[in-house]
Amino acid sequence: MIEAFQSEFMRNALLAGLLAGVACGIIGTLVVVNRIVFIAGGIAHAAYGGIGLAIFLGIPPLAGAVGFALTVSVIMSAVTLKNKQRADTVVGVLWAVGMALGIIMIDLSPGYNVDLMSYLFGSILAVPRTDIVMMALVDVGVLVIVGVLYNSFLAMSFDEEFAMAMGVRIGMLYYILMGMIALSVIMLIRIVGLVLVIALLSIPPFIAEKFCGSLKAMMAASVFLNFVFATAGLWFSYTYNLTAGATIIMIAAAFFFASVACEKALEHLGGGD
Amino acid sequence: MPLSAIEIDNVSFFYNSHPVLTNVNLRVEEKDFMAIMGPNGSGKTTLLKIILGVLNPARGSVRIFGKAPIEAAGLLGYVPQDTWLNKGFPISVQDVALMGRLGRTGRGRRYTSGDRDLARKVLEKVGMWDYRDRPIGKLSGGQRQRVLIARALTVEPKILLLDEPTASVDQQFQTDLYGLLKELNATITVVIVSHDVSVLSDYINSVACLNRTLYHHESGELTEEMLTAAYQCPVDLIAHGRVPHRVLRRHDHRDP
Repeated sequence: MIEAFQSEFMRNALLAGLLAGVACGIIGTLVVVNRIVFIAGGIAHAAYGGIGLAIFLGIPPLAGAVGFALTVSVIMSAVTLKNKQRADTVVGVLWAVGMALGIIMIDLSPGYNVDLMSYLFGSILAVPRTDIVMMALVDVGVLVIVGVLYNSFLAMSFDEEFAMAMGVRIGMLYYILMGMIALSVIMLIRIVGLVLVIALLSIPPFIAEKFCGSLKAMMAASVFLNFVFATAGLWFSYTYNLTAGATIIMIAAAFFFASVACEKALEHLGGGD
Repeated sequence: MPLSAIEIDNVSFFYNSHPVLTNVNLRVEEKDFMAIMGPNGSGKTTLLKIILGVLNPARGSVRIFGKAPIEAAGLLGYVPQDTWLNKGFPISVQDVALMGRLGRTGRGRRYTSGDRDLARKVLEKVGMWDYRDRPIGKLSGGQRQRVLIARALTVEPKILLLDEPTASVDQQFQTDLYGLLKELNATITVVIVSHDVSVLSDYINSVACLNRTLYHHESGELTEEMLTAAYQCPVDLIAHGRVPHRVLRRHDHRDP
């Protein structure tokens, strides 16, 4: 186990996986309990438009992705707050348009033959130091914001209308949440790529929700699960020479199915309560 | 003249350009105990949400003790219909009850020990303190309803709004609840959306019949005209107490 993480790039990869796990466990929990997994997916895919645009304009792809994802998250928040029923359609459209824009922008970029795969499926083994610093900053930001606004987020997630009646500014909270989703998603693109983002945002909270009695506990358990998935996934990928991002997802998926099977077995034995 | 608890002036509300409420006028005086009744889809829940400030009316105005609903957080306690509830949500009974304090916590939204004491007192009152650490998803319908009532009471509201609070509870709890509401009514205003006006008539002071627009009656008495207007057909009415005992004839009902 230790030897796998002796080289510097593996240590960087592990650090990136753990740092991403913190923000994604917390934000993923909010995404799952607010039932906006589809919106998170929309932001992740639309971010590809930002990557294409950044390459076309010659600015760093990650900066382009962050700017674009934040813009898309603001649009999606506005649409969702205005009309919940129609929101999924708009999210679906932005999802596709973002990706298409990204591809066309890369087509138009002269002489540039970008490695699409690294954005679609991640490149955790090639994470530069600067990205690790950025991830740490995002973690601190997410911890502070969710820590300060915890009671408001809890109230909004549990019963939005009651929270509103209590004077909680739901609109503002929603924009903040979507902004944090955008940043977390961009981090995950580095690790597992945008195609697999949804899995890492939603699987840990899904498992955690089964045995957690509070939102706080669910966040902590999700972060822990993310640590387990990242560490185990990297080790397997190193040992068996597999793509790291996909291996992490497969580990998560194995836990996911095991938790579902466990739950069914417990129900069957009548021990569910 | 003292301010009315709730003052609704000419309120209209549309849902996808379909009118849900049209020119609703209603004044609820302080310490009134009012029932709002009406057929399904008549806009009862919508009206409550407009009073709460959760929905904004397309036209007209709402005043809660003279304030706009958005500034009235902390004056209004709300018990929603049970059906919407996110039942798998990881939250304990105690944390749900504490949520009623959010309107009083100020900017920081932190709960004080005073808030916790109050939540305890209220949970004891509705008989749910022993279940304080239980996740909300592991309660029966009636228990959950008690917790939602506790949450509304921790607001220490001046007005309590309840949306069909007895839809999923047994007879005993229903009687207990109405008794509790009557007791609370000594100091606060109560507005309840309900179908069982026949049972409620022992407790209420006034009735409003809603079907897109409002037919309001100052006393607790229901008249045949009000019901007919609201339901657009005669309704069976079996009443006790102050409302005259009356059964209307059966007829072929057709939904409008």
